[in-house]
Amino acid sequence: MTNIPETGRTPRVQTRLVVIQILVLSLLGTLGGRLWYLQIRQGAEYQKEASGNHVQQVVDPAVRGDILDARGVPLADNETRLVVSASRTDLLKQPDDGKAVLTKLAGVLGLPADEVRQKVRLCDAKTPQPCWNGSPYQPIPITDEANAKQALQIRERAEDFPGITAEPEAVRRYGGPGRANTSQVLGYLSPVTDEEIQKAKDTDSPYLRSDMVGRSGLERQYDKVLRGKAGVTRYEVDNLGRVIGKARSDAAEPGSNLVTSIDSRVQRVAEYELDKAMKVARQQYDKITGTNYKADSGAVVVMEAKTGRVVAMASAPTYDPNVWVGGISAKDYKALTGKNSDYPLLNRAIQGQAAPGSTFKVVSTAAAVEAGYVWDGGYPCTSSYSVGGQVFKNFEGENFGPISLGRALEVSCDTVFYGLADREWKKDGGINPKKGQPKDFFYKAAHQFGLGKETGIDLPNEVTGRVPDRQWKLDYWKANKDAWCKYGKKGGTYVQVIAYENCLEGNKMREGDSINYSIGQGDTLVTPIQEAVIYGAVANGGTMYQPTIGKAVISADGKTVTPIPPTKRGKLPVTRATLKGMDDAFAGVITRGTAAWKFNGWPQDKIPLHAKTGTAEVYGKQTTSWLATYSKDYTVIMTIAQAGTGSGASGEAVRNIYSALYGVNGDGSIDGRRALLPQPQTTLPKVRPDGTVAAPKITSDPAKDVEKAQQNNTSNGADTQPPASTAPTDNTNSNTRRRARRRGSRRMHP
Amino acid sequence: MTGAGGFSVSGYGPERAGWTRVFARDSLARRLDWPMMLAALALSLIGSMLVFSATRNRTELNQGDPYFFLLRHLMNLGIGIALMIATVWLGHRVLRNAVPILYGLSVLLSLVVLTPLGATINGQRNWIVIGGFSLQPAEFLKVAIILGMAMLLSARVDAGDKLHPDHRTVVQALGLASVPVLVLLLMPDLGSVLAMVAIILGVLLASGASNRWILGLVTAGVLGCVAIWQLHILDEYQINRFAAFANPDLDPAGVGYNTNQARIAIGSGGLTGSGLFHGSQTTGQFVPEQQTDFVFTVAGEELGFLGAGLIIFLLGLILWRACRIARDSPELYGTIVAAGIIAWFAFQSFENIGMTLGIMPVTGLPLPFVSYGGSSMFAVWLAIGLLQSIKAQRPMSA
Repeated sequence: MTNIPETGRTPRVQTRLVVIQILVLSLLGTLGGRLWYLQIRQGAEYQKEASGNHVQQVVDPAVRGDILDARGVPLADNETRLVVSASRTDLLKQPDDGKAVLTKLAGVLGLPADEVRQKVRLCDAKTPQPCWNGSPYQPIPITDEANAKQALQIRERAEDFPGITAEPEAVRRYGGPGRANTSQVLGYLSPVTDEEIQKAKDTDSPYLRSDMVGRSGLERQYDKVLRGKAGVTRYEVDNLGRVIGKARSDAAEPGSNLVTSIDSRVQRVAEYELDKAMKVARQQYDKITGTNYKADSGAVVVMEAKTGRVVAMASAPTYDPNVWVGGISAKDYKALTGKNSDYPLLNRAIQGQAAPGSTFKVVSTAAAVEAGYVWDGGYPCTSSYSVGGQVFKNFEGENFGPISLGRALEVSCDTVFYGLADREWKKDGGINPKKGQPKDFFYKAAHQFGLGKETGIDLPNEVTGRVPDRQWKLDYWKANKDAWCKYGKKGGTYVQVIAYENCLEGNKMREGDSINYSIGQGDTLVTPIQEAVIYGAVANGGTMYQPTIGKAVISADGKTVTPIPPTKRGKLPVTRATLKGMDDAFAGVITRGTAAWKFNGWPQDKIPLHAKTGTAEVYGKQTTSWLATYSKDYTVIMTIAQAGTGSGASGEAVRNIYSALYGVNGDGSIDGRRALLPQPQTTLPKVRPDGTVAAPKITSDPAKDVEKAQQNNTSNGADTQPPASTAPTDNTNSNTRRRARRRGSRRMHP
Repeated sequence: MTGAGGFSVSGYGPERAGWTRVFARDSLARRLDWPMMLAALALSLIGSMLVFSATRNRTELNQGDPYFFLLRHLMNLGIGIALMIATVWLGHRVLRNAVPILYGLSVLLSLVVLTPLGATINGQRNWIVIGGFSLQPAEFLKVAIILGMAMLLSARVDAGDKLHPDHRTVVQALGLASVPVLVLLLMPDLGSVLAMVAIILGVLLASGASNRWILGLVTAGVLGCVAIWQLHILDEYQINRFAAFANPDLDPAGVGYNTNQARIAIGSGGLTGSGLFHGSQTTGQFVPEQQTDFVFTVAGEELGFLGAGLIIFLLGLILWRACRIARDSPELYGTIVAAGIIAWFAFQSFENIGMTLGIMPVTGLPLPFVSYGGSSMFAVWLAIGLLQSIKAQRPMSA
């Protein structure tokens, strides 16, 4: 009893009480520290999270803008469908969570009640489709095929259908005016991906889960302009999603209309003529391969020569862009993209590349002038050109004697260009040039003509083509030499020998490479749009324009017009005199040269045309036909793979396109009323304040109209190329009795 | 309890107590711990505002009357203060005589919960609903266990027989505590069980029981937790609740949601908060149980670091004063009771605030004084009354 302290506690208890006190205070200190960390250190982050928490966005989709042709005819627009939607927020306010309303709605729409109910339930891990996987604050579409009567019933009895709306909604439509398809140029839309939604979440234009995004063509290139800005209403909501206040709302801004330089009638004619030319080519017998031509793909570009604006662009094979509308089926998708498809999604005018053949001689000619060869010098056009045992033949052994550069271009004399290119190759140091020695006039010219890089057309995924210069050869050799050296075999098959040679000296510019290159054979690749730029520049006096399809952006109410002006990309590296020479030579191609047999009776004095044909070899395939042409205002390029010669495969089609543009009848008379576009369209279509467009009427099929007008054209009936001996009688110059080229027999490598 | 030991140590005879009090009424008031009293009152009043803010929009809870919870909270506070006054008036030594009855009553009440009279709220069967009133006997069990153990443990020490409670007494005391703990486990009310464990530890520490007991209990507790984990004795929702405080993704729609929303609410408060009644998380009712278990989030969001910090400070003030009382108590009984209350308040405050801050698992424990809830309010003010009484009834001779 004595040792019990007066306070009733032993030192042990005393110590423990202190421990308790310290423990308690440190616990409280921990709380304070954590509180400071959350509120002060990380406060800003949580504030952001809190505002995201209680604000819900309801997005009102913007109507996508139209894509119009140069005169205002809609190539892509929207059609209205009556969409019946249900608002979950409103349904949940009903005593039975809206079950009765949905049942009644199902009755009106003639759908099973279960189906309607399933459509408005929210998706989660346990709920199978159908279910709604969008925002619960978004009206949930129940059907987009309501008829006017059903919509009226719902709207008239709004009190019976709380939370149900029947609104017209816009759905993309590719109308194909006058049967113009324009599919690859227009592109297509497909639903937005989760990734894109996430990316655009915090931007000023968030995606809806139901949004469609442009995936190719103009729809993709001008997606932002066309898409407009969805309206966003921000509601403050509580944890059950009940709206407790309206924070902010922005009205939807409909997308702007894109006016293109495409003329839907010319487009139709181009598509039709391309298709027809390919069909005709498939009837033709190819002597080299011993089968009919395959003519498996092709492209046409009609471009304004003085602005670079594309009036028509067709690519074959093609497809109907409407398959994308409302979601593409798996079967359709496979048909468009599968391994066994013919890849109709490719726009071969900008994504197809092939050796240019003789159409490349415009570059070689310019290079020769640049290298110092005078225009009127007498260059020997022999029947063949031999280099160290290799014989490079002129086409069918023709011999024109010494001729000028212009004449060489006109008659497409290969040996003249062989000789020039070979001399330059030797001047540049031959197979082993010294450092800094090669001037490479022929390769430099190609780059100066814009080859080897994109033209910059306002379409996505344009390809560059290829200029097989020294750098490319080196890079290509580095990338492939291992395979070449493994496969190559001296004295083996053709392919093996080529591989063997490439393994040995593929990194070097060989004499044969330069010789082949000068006439657009070998490894050179160009796209039709690149040719269009080059020949357009020859036509307009030397200015290369960046090709454009978009001509102006007009706001939905028509008030704001933003023109897309033509952009100059550069000048051709040729003098005015050289251009004049080329121009004359290309006119000669029409009147007495390689294309003359297809332009018989053309009113050349009134509408002078110019052309260059090309027939490019492709190893293992039939020849690629090229026809590059231009008039005062337009340049028309057509190419068809595996279709024979340039004039033979495309001559008639190109002529018909010009006939359509200028209203030329089959007998050579000009009918101004029939002319689709004698001058390029300069004025823009008018968009009215209500969003409608003042567009002219279009006939059901402009191509048929043109065809009718051509029926008395004698030359159009010819299916076969005239032999040299039966040259048209109006061609007095015997030197033009040269058949269009056929090159399959010429070996580039011994 | 009329043992000579108690009389001789304290200098007070129970028969004289009433007289002393009547005569010393002024001095009694002066002997009360006013900082603690005012802190408790301030907490309760802040709590009433927070409860009001959290419930004025919850029409599904407040039956259309925005003041429903505010008025009830204030009424509970009134009853609690009355209980405190009664406790001080009677004196803890008088209550000490009634401990066996109080203990028995509380255990009985909590057993009623397990009968059909009990109600299940939020997965826990720990309510008794009689008429419009609901009662959580667990709150009173806490008081009962403190008083009961204190009585047993201090009896021989205060009588001067021993320096420290012997093993037999400790075993008895643990036996006494184990009954309510078992009842709570049956409910199951895990939060209260943990609070009980904290209280038992505090009581044993303050009683001067051998270190072996303390260490043994802690070890047993840890082993028990491991066993519970390994043997899957807990229901799944309890495991989820435990795990989700650290990783809300474990149970994003359940506890993880609570934790996450609570953290957002508090974090968004910043230094000064959004102002009372202006918190978007609170107005939008994103935090569940916000008037009871998660009431601290209202303070965090609407009053900010300053307001929420003030609550922690006031709790600290009460605990600090309680520690003083524990140390100054003339008898071990008072020390043990004070220590038990400290352990109770401290654990419950730390656990409750900690879970809203995401550093403690989510359990259904109210924040003393602040949370809405009659039982809790009554119990904590009863505890304040006990502390005041221990302080006020310091022996004359001291």
